[in-house]
This record gives sequence, C-alpha cells and structure tokens, in this order.
Amino acid sequence: MLLIECPYCGVERPELEFRCGGEAHIARPEDPSGKTDEEWAEFLYMRTNTKGVYAERWRHIHGCGRFFNAVRDTVSDKFLKIYKAGEPMPDLASLAKEAGK
Amino acid sequence: MARYSFLELAKNAFSAHKNWGRQWRAPEPKAEYDIVIVGAGGHGLATAYYLASEHGLKNIAVLDKGWLGGGNTGRNTTIVRSNYLWEESAALYQHAIDLWEGLSQELNYNVMYSQRGVMMLAHTVHDIQVFKRHIHANRLAGVQNEWLTPEEAREFCPPLNIQKNIRYPVMGAALQRVGGTARHDAVAWGYARGADSLGVDIIQNCAVTGIRRGADGAVEGVETAKGFIKAKKVGVVAAGHTSVLMEMAGVRVPLESNPLQALVSEPVKPAFPCVVMSNTIHAYISQSDKGELVIGAGTDQFVSYSQTGGIHITTHTIDAICELFPMFRRMRMLRNWGGIVDVTPDRSPIIGKTPVPGLYVNCGWGTGGFKATPGSGHVFAHTIAKDEPHPINAPFTLDRFRTGRLIDEAAAAAVAH
Amino acid sequence: MSQPYRTEKGGQIDRDRKISFTFDGERMEGYECDTLASALLANGVHLVGRSFKYHRPRGILTAGSEEPNALVGIYRKGDQTPNLRATQVELYDGLEAISQNRFPSLSFDIGAVNDLLSPLFPSGFYYKTFMWPKAFWDRVYEPVIRAAAGLGKPPKNPDHDRYANLYAHCDVLVIGAGPAGLAAALAASETGARVILCDEQASLGGSLLSETTATIDGKQPADWAEDTVADLAARDNVTLLPRTTAFGYYAQNFVALAERVTDHMADPDPALPRERLWQVRAKEVVIAAGSIERPMVFPENDRPGILMAGAARTYLNRYGVKAGQKVLVATACDTAWQAAFDLADNGVEIAAIADTRKIVPEALMTIAEARNIKVRTGCVVTATQGRKRVSGALLGHVSSTGAVSSAGDVACDALLMSGGWTPTVSLYSQSRGKVVWDEASGNFLPGAHPQNERSAGACRGLYGLNAVLEDGYAAGEDAAKSATGKSAKCTYAVATGAHAGEGGTLGDLPNDRDASRVKAFVDYQNDVTAKDVKLAVREGMHSIEHIKRYTTTGMATDQGRLSNMNALAIASTALDKPLPQVGLTTFRQPFTPTSFGTFATSSRGDFFDPVRKTPSHQWAVDNDVVFEDVGQWKRSRYFPKDGEDMHGAVARECQVVREKVGLFDGSTLGKIEVVGPDAAEFLERMYTNPWKGLKPGRCRYGLMLNDAGFIIDDGVIGRIAEDRFHVTTTTGGAAHVFATMEDYLQTEWPDLDVWVTSTTEQYAVIALQGPLARDAIAPFISGIDLSPDAFPHMSVATGTFSGVPCRLFRISFTGEIGFEINVPRRHGTMVWDTMAAEIEKLGGVVYGTETMHVLRAEKGYIIVGQETDGTVTPDDVGMSWAIGKKKKDFVGKRGLARPDLIAEGRKQLVGLLTKDPRIVLEEGAQVTKVPDPAKGTSAEGHVTSAYHSPAAGRSIALAMVKDGRALHGKTLYIPMPGGAIEVEVTEPVFVDKEGGRLNG
Repeated sequence: MLLIECPYCGVERPELEFRCGGEAHIARPEDPSGKTDEEWAEFLYMRTNTKGVYAERWRHIHGCGRFFNAVRDTVSDKFLKIYKAGEPMPDLASLAKEAGK
Repeated sequence: MARYSFLELAKNAFSAHKNWGRQWRAPEPKAEYDIVIVGAGGHGLATAYYLASEHGLKNIAVLDKGWLGGGNTGRNTTIVRSNYLWEESAALYQHAIDLWEGLSQELNYNVMYSQRGVMMLAHTVHDIQVFKRHIHANRLAGVQNEWLTPEEAREFCPPLNIQKNIRYPVMGAALQRVGGTARHDAVAWGYARGADSLGVDIIQNCAVTGIRRGADGAVEGVETAKGFIKAKKVGVVAAGHTSVLMEMAGVRVPLESNPLQALVSEPVKPAFPCVVMSNTIHAYISQSDKGELVIGAGTDQFVSYSQTGGIHITTHTIDAICELFPMFRRMRMLRNWGGIVDVTPDRSPIIGKTPVPGLYVNCGWGTGGFKATPGSGHVFAHTIAKDEPHPINAPFTLDRFRTGRLIDEAAAAAVAH
Repeated sequence: MSQPYRTEKGGQIDRDRKISFTFDGERMEGYECDTLASALLANGVHLVGRSFKYHRPRGILTAGSEEPNALVGIYRKGDQTPNLRATQVELYDGLEAISQNRFPSLSFDIGAVNDLLSPLFPSGFYYKTFMWPKAFWDRVYEPVIRAAAGLGKPPKNPDHDRYANLYAHCDVLVIGAGPAGLAAALAASETGARVILCDEQASLGGSLLSETTATIDGKQPADWAEDTVADLAARDNVTLLPRTTAFGYYAQNFVALAERVTDHMADPDPALPRERLWQVRAKEVVIAAGSIERPMVFPENDRPGILMAGAARTYLNRYGVKAGQKVLVATACDTAWQAAFDLADNGVEIAAIADTRKIVPEALMTIAEARNIKVRTGCVVTATQGRKRVSGALLGHVSSTGAVSSAGDVACDALLMSGGWTPTVSLYSQSRGKVVWDEASGNFLPGAHPQNERSAGACRGLYGLNAVLEDGYAAGEDAAKSATGKSAKCTYAVATGAHAGEGGTLGDLPNDRDASRVKAFVDYQNDVTAKDVKLAVREGMHSIEHIKRYTTTGMATDQGRLSNMNALAIASTALDKPLPQVGLTTFRQPFTPTSFGTFATSSRGDFFDPVRKTPSHQWAVDNDVVFEDVGQWKRSRYFPKDGEDMHGAVARECQVVREKVGLFDGSTLGKIEVVGPDAAEFLERMYTNPWKGLKPGRCRYGLMLNDAGFIIDDGVIGRIAEDRFHVTTTTGGAAHVFATMEDYLQTEWPDLDVWVTSTTEQYAVIALQGPLARDAIAPFISGIDLSPDAFPHMSVATGTFSGVPCRLFRISFTGEIGFEINVPRRHGTMVWDTMAAEIEKLGGVVYGTETMHVLRAEKGYIIVGQETDGTVTPDDVGMSWAIGKKKKDFVGKRGLARPDLIAEGRKQLVGLLTKDPRIVLEEGAQVTKVPDPAKGTSAEGHVTSAYHSPAAGRSIALAMVKDGRALHGKTLYIPMPGGAIEVEVTEPVFVDKEGGRLNG
C-alpha cells in the first residue's frame, strides 16, 4: 500500500484514501466536434503507459476530494514529485536522472 | 526427439533417465528470420508453433528478455473457460477450448487440462440477470454454460457456503462444465518443445531494445541484446510490456499495465473439486493437482511494472474466500506473487495488424489471457502468415477504438439501478 | 522411562511443569516451554511424517520455521489445522497432534510403494505420460494424482476463532530478536525512537538461547538475552512482539506481521483473537533475520534421526534434549563441531566427526581429542541405513582428484549435519532489494537498499557473536538517527568465547555410488534429489526458474530456504556456469505460511462490507420484507403477505399502486447538489439535455454519457433556484457520477464557478405513487400548493412535511401521479412511518424494487444497467429527444459521432409480447429471426426486462433488437432449451400509452 502525500492537505496518507486517475496531462480537446475519429480515440484511449517515470493523476477521494498530479517511477513505485492540478508537467527526464534511472 | 509416453518413461527408468534429450535447444540467433516473435510466453510460443505446424513456416525466432514462460504464463491462476457474453469473445475463447481438449496429445506433452468445471457465483439480482444473459447467449453460440440454484451449486462444490449468514449470500451460479484448469508451465514448455522440434529458434535472455523500420515505414527487424536481427514480419506478444515494445515502433496502444496478484495456500489433500469465481466479491479459487489452493486476487489501481502489489489487494480477496469457504480461514498462504497485465478499455484483447506494415500485435488480455493461449496463438499465427486476420480475431482490431465497435465484457457486468 | 532423551538438567524448559500431549493418539510427556518437536525428541520420536511424493519416513530436521519434514495436524475444538511445524508448535496440556500424508498409519504407509516405484517418477514425469487414452486424464489419472498429493487434511468446519487487525507506526522496526536484533533495539530505543521488535519465536533471544560456550558482558548468552529483553520491556518507547513473524515487506516500508496470540495456550481466553495482523509503517527497518544451516546433500540424507547440527545443539542447550545416544556428525564447517562437543559433554557418545575438509582448525582437533572423539577429515557420508530411524552410515574418503573410496561404516542413532550457513535474505529480497554474490563466503548477501532498510548480523553474512552484536548496535543507532535525527550513546555489550566458525559446502557431495540412482535430497518436502536437478538441466531447463518449476525444488512450504543454495550449486555445476549467473529465484511473501484468517481479520458477515440502510429499514424488517443487495444497500425487494411468493406479492403491490397508492423508499438514489453561477452551464456539459432554459421549480430527466458516447447514468434533475440544481442518479451510479463530475469540474473546466456536493446520505427520499398519492401526502405538506395546475408533473418545491423542511418533487417512475418527499435523513423514519400509517387508511400498499421494476417496464422506462450495458447510445433506447441538438458540446457528443455509433443495424429498444400471454420470458434470453437457429447464429438481440404485468393482464418484455423500431408488428423468436417462444415486436410501452395518468 503506497503512502501518498496530498499536496493540498500537506500530509502523507495511505493509498486507501486515494483514487488513481490514470495518465496526467491529457486535456480534453477544446473543440471535440472538430476532431477526427483518430484524434478522439487518442484522447479517449491511448496512454503512454511508461515503464519508468510517469505522470499520473490522483484524487484524495476520502480526504479533501481534490485532484492532483504525481510523477512516479512505475518500476519502483516511488513517488518522485507531487504537484497540484494545473501546474505544468515537470521535466520527466530530469526527474528520472535525479532518481538515478 | 523422443516421443513421450509411459513406455518411454519406463524405458528411461532402466537407464536412470540419463538419456532424455533436451526439450528445446538454446540456439544463438541467426542474422535473419522470416518471422520474429517477441515474447516467449504461452501465446508467443503457441504462435510460433502454429506458424510452423499449420503454415509451414520454419524460419522463425521467438525472443524473450528472460526465460520462456516466465511472464504471466507462469504467474496466473490457470483458469480456462469460454462462457463470455459477446459472440466475438465466446468464439475466440471457445476456439481455445476446442484446441485445449486435444492439446496434450497434439503436443505430446501433458498440459493437464482438467475439465473440472468453472462456476461463477451470483450474489445479487443483477448478477442473476447478467449470468442468465450469458447462458442464453452462450447456448445460441454453441458454448456450454448452465444455471445452478444455490443448492445445486453447493452440490457441485461442497465447501461452498450458501447460507444467508454472509454479507452477500450466493443466489445461484453459472456453471461451465467444460471449463477448468491446466498446468501453466507445461503449456509454455509443451509449445516450446513442439515449436523447437519444428525448427523454431527460441532465444532466451535476449531483450528486444528496438524495432527498426525502413524508409517505407515497414518493419525491417529488431535490435536485441544479441545484435540486430532482420525480419520482415515481427509479432509482439509480450503481455505486460506491450506499450514499451510498441513505442519502439512508434505505435501507441490503448493499454495500461497493472500488477495482478495471485497466491497459493499450503498443499492439502483434496478439498476443492472445481473452479469457483465471484466477480462481485472478487474471489477466484481452485485447487491444484499438487494440493495448493490457487487463488486469484485483484489488480492495483495504478500503472506499475513491479510484479508486486499491495497487501490490501490480497487481503480483500482472502476476505471473500473466507466468507464463501469459512473452513479455509485456518488454511495458510504459502506464496503470494504478482504479474503485470495489459488492460484495454473494453477488457478484450487486441489481436491483429498494426498501422506499421509487417508489425503485428497480440496484447491486452488483461487478467484472463491464459485460457486463450492455444486459440490466441492459432489465430495470431494465421494473421501473421496470411497478413490478414483469421475470422475469429477479425473483430479484435486496434481500429475498434476508433470506430467505437468495442467488445465490452466489463461494462455488461457493471452494477445497475 | 518417560522422556528418555531428556538431559538431567539444563535448558530453558520448566521442569516443574510437566505437560501431557498425544501424537497419533499416543500419550507422552514434555515440559512447559517445549515445542512439540523438542518434546517428541525427548521421547525418542524422530519419525514424524512422510514425504510428499515418495512417502519416505521423515524426522525432525531443524529447530525452526524452515522445518520441511515435521509438519503435523493439530486437533482443537473438533477440527484440525494442517501442516503446522512441530518445531514451532508450543506444547500445552492436552495438545493433540497427528502425522500427515500417510495411510493407514505413520509406521505402515501404503503410499511408501511410491518409493519403490520412484525410478518411474523422476522430475516432471507427469508431463510425459498420462496422455492416453485422452478421456482418462479427468476420470482416472488426475483423481489419483490429486488424492496422492497434498500434505495434511484440510479443515472441515467453519473457523469460529477471531482474528484481529492492528495498524502501527514506528520509527524503527527491528525484525528478529537474536543478538543483532536485540542490540539494534537497545541502540535505537536509547535515542527515544519508537521501536517495535518482533521475533517469530516464543522467547526472544534467537541463537543466544542455544549458545553455551560464549559469554556476553560476563553473562551466559541466554541470561544476557533475558536481561536485555527485560530492559527493553521496561522502556515505554519499545513494543516487544514475540511469536510474531514479519511475513511481508511491501512498498514504502510497509511491513506486515502475524502475531500468534492463543495457539500456544491450553485454554485461551475467548476474548482473545487467535492471531493478530500488524500492519506497520516503519520509518526505518532493521532486518536481523539471522541465517539458517544448510543440509548436506549426500545419499539418503533424509532418514529420521538425521538432523541439522545446529538444531541438535538447540535441542540440547535450549530444551535439554539429546538427539540420540550415539551420534555421527557430518559437516563441512566448524559450527557442527561445537554441537558434537556440547553433546559429548552431556554424556552422548559421538561416533565420529566426519568433516569434508582435509584440514580443519587445530583448535577444534584439540578439543575433539580431549573428548576422545574420532575425527575423520576429508570424509563424506556415502550412504545411510535404517528405515524409520537412521542406524548407521557409510563414510567415504575423498581423494585429491575427487574420487571417493570407502572409509568404513559407522553405527549411530542420530546423524548431525552441517553444510554451512545461509544468510536469510528473504525479507530483504521482498523489499525489492537485489542480492549480490559474495564469492568469499559463498553466499548471496544484501546489495543496495531500495527502501529505508538495513540488514544487520548474520543475515548480511556476518559471523562471530561479537561482530554480530556490534553490527546490531550500529544498525540500531543508524536507523534511529535516520528516523528521528537523534543519536544517543549506547554502551555496547562485549561477547567473548564464541568463535565465528569457518567452512561450508554447496551442492551435492561426491560418493562412490551410481549418482544417477541414489537419492540425495535437496528439497526434502518436495522429494527433489540432486539427480532430479541434473535431469532438469539435461532436458534444457537452464534458468533456475525453470529448474525450480520443473523439479519443484524450493516450492515447498519453506520456500526453498533450506534447499535453494544447494539446488543452485548443483545446477551451476551441471550447466558449467558460475553460480551467480544461474540466478536466484525471487523470495515472495509470506516469509512463513500465514493463516488466511489473519489476512481476513474481522471481515466476515456484516463486517465484510458496510451495510447501508434506508430510513424504512426497521419498518421493512417488522413487515416481513425480503431485501435485495444493491451495492452496499439493503433495499426492500417485496413484502410478502400471508404466504405469498414473490409473484403474488408483486402482483398485489402493482395492482394497488395503479388503483390507489403505493409507498416506496427511494433513499438509495444518488443525490448531488450542484450550486453556483455556472451550475446550469456545468450540467449542459455533463448531460445530453439542455438545462439553461429549465425554470426554477421545474424538473427534467437527464441522461449522462461517457465521452465514448455510451449511456452511463440517468436521473431526474430539479432546478431549485437559478444557481442551484438537485441532481439524482441511479443507486449504483451515485459514487461514479459524483466522481465523474468532480473530475471534469476540477481538471477540465476549473474555470466554472460551481460546487458539487454529494447529498445521498443527507436526504431520505420517500416516494408515493398512484392516483391517491396527493391525498396521501396532502395532510402533512405545508407551504406548497399541491393542486395539479400549481404543481404539475415534473415540478419541485420547498416546503415542510409535518414541520420538517422538505423538497418535494412531483415525478413518476410508474406512470402514475407521483411525489418524492426529500427530507433530512434524520427525519426519514418519521416521514416513512407517517406515510405508512396514512396509506394503510387509504387502502394503499408499501412496495419494493421488484414492483418498481414492473411498473416502470409497463411504461417502457429504462433502467441503466438493465436495458443498457455500457454499449448503448441514447438513440438505441429511443431517447434522441433527450439530446440538446443545439448544444455545441457535452460529454459524449463527439463519441456519439463515431462510425460504429451511427452505423446501420444497431440494437434498439422495443417491447415484446409473447404469443401466449401467460409466458413470461427470461431476462437475458436471446432473440432470433427463426424458431430453430443453427448453432452459432448471431442473435438479433436479447430480452432486457420481462415480467407479468397485472395492468396489461399479461406478460410483457423489453428487449434490445437489431433495427427493432422498424420491426413493430413483426414476429420473432426466443429460442429456449424447451423450444422457441414466439413473440411480437411492439412499442416499448404497455400501459397508458398516452401518459394521461401522470397528470391527474
């Protein structure tokens, strides 16, 4: 069971309080009707699913209820960075380097 | 290659088993193959076997980054069944069962396919509706599946608690008598031995590090730990690592990889005659021929390639097992492990061509790929050999995520009202 | 004589407290603090079990949790727990143990014929045979194999013991209370850090409890351990957990411990749990798991009476038990010599010490000489004799070329062996650490530490008591400093007199026999021999994982702790590949087998999953309700009266609702309050329907899709005020809809000024449906004009019910006049009871979900999840009208435009009427064009809902049928096992097609 720090509550809590929301930074297109079927499938279903350093969404569902983003190494399951929704995606490559990957 | 039989065994007993040959070779890779299969799990080895045995193609290599059968083939709970809802799925899994039934004889390797019956428990009115829909759909499709009352369910599986004293009492069950289990390692080994004897090179400890494409976009071969291997056709069958490999060819796939856990108890004398599954309270259990209770647990909620999972996932499943089989509380867990499963949005596999000419993919089996092994390999071999899908896997395209023609086995079972 | 192998004195047993127990029905005596194993040995019993495959007689091999042979069933309260290790079972008065895997008795076991037939059963034999005739596998071979396999008998009765669960946090968790663990706990707790120290044994002290030659700070090691434990126990910041196994090391220093609370008690307090699961989140972990002694792989190394030298020493020094009267010691390392010396000092005749080494330390030779012990160097055991107890051994001299020549035989009644020591790296490996090969010691040792963990003492390859103690202190200090930032000076105790001990061997030993025919066991429990491992390699199994799976070595209940290194060495030789390149299999949790009950803890019955109850729950119980489980909710399904079955009750309930009035508890419906200036805009985006034009005080049916375009939920939404909506969802969809709204709001449209709040638990919803519904509620409602003009269908208003604030909806899921009274949850029962009494006066009825389903189906109202299955679009169910055509976007709009969602031939919602009105179709039944479709025919569709309709006076059904709307009036078939049922396709409305009854 992972230990996750909610950036809004500022506390570490067990994973049971959280719900993972899949890959982060996949914005719903502004004008869906203007998108091709391929583009819509890309938005709906295609995921990077990285083996290694990965940005994903979490929600403190049994806490403050807020969504936030986290960068986690999907091999070691270690969190490398946790940040609030709306903040830009960190440079994954440099985070990976810091983590010695 | 010596044919396996009791006589052969007895003969070898006289020579103290010193004369058994290798079940497969350990060849160095050649510079070029007609077809390279990436992933020496059950599905990949079966693909190679059928390419060689049914399509007459012999210049084939199967590459694996580790040891053959070391991925999900050797980590699952070995359940075989075909009573899926949609006719596309039922056809695919039934194709596998048809092959399972003669597999030991075909491969001359006892894969211990045991048709002890798979019983899926209903705990709610909604479950009953869903299972009955399955049963009716299956009957039309020619797939065996039948409804049992709680009493009939207990008769089929005496340890089952059908009293009302549990949180979600058993309200009935769908039973597929032709379903059952098989010995997972033997499936990989049997196909490996079969493919090897037909000339297929199985190259272990040879990780693929790149997929090379030519100027026309078509596949030219794979970069590996043992150098570049040329091949005009590459089939990726690497459950757990499909996204990683497909990215090497620049193809994005609708997959997420999650750790799936399973566990066994200490071995005991026969205590459990069949396979019981409960999707509602998350319990999957059978007893191996060795005597261990084999139990499937759930997946972690996040992407992970770690082959381990959280204890709360295991605990949740054991809770359910102990509700349904309260005598097993005193049984003890011997070993708990994880595999990495590739999960698609509609919980159905992707088997077919990709946008890259010469690149084929067989992935997304989620938590249930083992049961399909023979059928999956069989239709994938057809797809690669003919460069067009077999009618059975034709619906399982990557393109269905664009058109919306999903084969959604999960949504149909979701909770209602 | 009772306990003939007990020493005169010594050990940590309580000789004043005799304990009586039985083994296979035979009554014996032991002492308090004995284990079952030590007590059996004291009684001269070595033969305690039969092996898995060959049913060979087996004795007690070890003194610890790695025991592979001495697995017994323990009877208690009329049922048995199988496979418990006699080495861990503590003796209590009246303990009943039975041996396993034998028939009819331990001494005479028919299965032992397997041993004679063993040439036919090499590794993996079952993959090569039992294939003919095909049908025999299920019917003959497999049943026979299954009956032969397995160890103990499974428990038969439900387990009534309790199990408990506890979460704990600490600065430093120390695993193992041997010298390193005790020192680590001392040093860490000195800083004030919160320390948990656990050990799988009943007494803390580990190897110190069997060590008699050394002293620590001038004390006997066992005494030092006892004093140290007392010291630690007195510290407030230390929690001591004996009988507690750290069995699982998970991510982020989450460690699971299993504490055995009552199994050692003769008459436990019923208030105590049998076992307790500790889930510990530790800032730092010190693993001090020690090491275990490796068996030597020589022919017939498995006879009862052959045991590990260290175990024999433990039995002697800790339990006062002699392993035999005439003991042969076979070893490759120094430590076994000490066992021989200790036994000799207790009057045991040492037949010989046979050491594989040509040269052994002079000091040992001197001590042996002083005790007149015969020493044979450069010698191995080449054979042993004795069926149920070892009676002698043949020795062989190994020449410099490796050739073995006979070196005579030795009679003995016990044979002690030691192939050296293997550090216990299981938990380290579980922490995702990668072991590294240490050529010098011939061991795998912990490498880098991926978690906040350190290993101390023997488990990281350190030997020698003082070095281990020092390492423990240092690890404890370091862990505490990392966890708390604090350090404190801790005085290190100093050990003298124990030497480290050198030597060891790996793999099978040479002998002068046909190696392909002798049985030299590697994995005792699974009956894997050296030749099995070699066979696997010969057959092409080159990965250690293949070897493990093919031979089953290392897959027994000790998870290969005893066997792995030997198997690896044999494979390494057979492969002609350096040992570290062959690889080590991964250690998995649990460290030792752990009860399912300990995982499940209190999760049973109502504690398995929370029960959500509605306000009418008690009333329903008092009125003979039949509940159904819907998610966590208990919903009233129907209320049978006077022996009615479900159909009778439902028919009556339906009829009274349509004729008079019915009362229904709708509190399980999901409710979400959507508030804010952008509330209408938000709903425009979330639902297919338009919302901006909806007037406050009015309601609208809302349909929710996912972005793929499929229906996921529906419900009525009322506009309470310009900026406030009361959204309802399906019962099952409540949580998901709320989460989906939050998701879009927070992550896609954070610019919208809207708050969404789940109010499912805040409102009780009491529904009245039927022509008299208004009459029923009118006496209690204030502040709302209920007249049809002022409060027509699809209205919402705020008022009071008996003085309690309420939101009153005029909506209908039956086609009748309907009201839903929403009151604060705490008033729900009052409203329910009031209305239940009132409708009784009006001749009304209380109804449940089953009647609700019939009434809505008569009107063709869909249930999401019944008519829909995640693949259905609004148009499929005839609800294109619910789509706001002018809206630029809503969730699902783009998805709906995908090729397959607008393709021809989609399934559409229709009604079906059976030709015979008495036949009620089965839900889920398939629809076909012809009465006798060939196998494999694609269905035209399926029946989604089917009931007997009292209002229609016949059966009705809803179905999803390909191009169904074009088929009204046509005949289709429902193929059933007993023949096809003919049906006519109709509109999906069966009662009051014009909908006039809604508006009265």
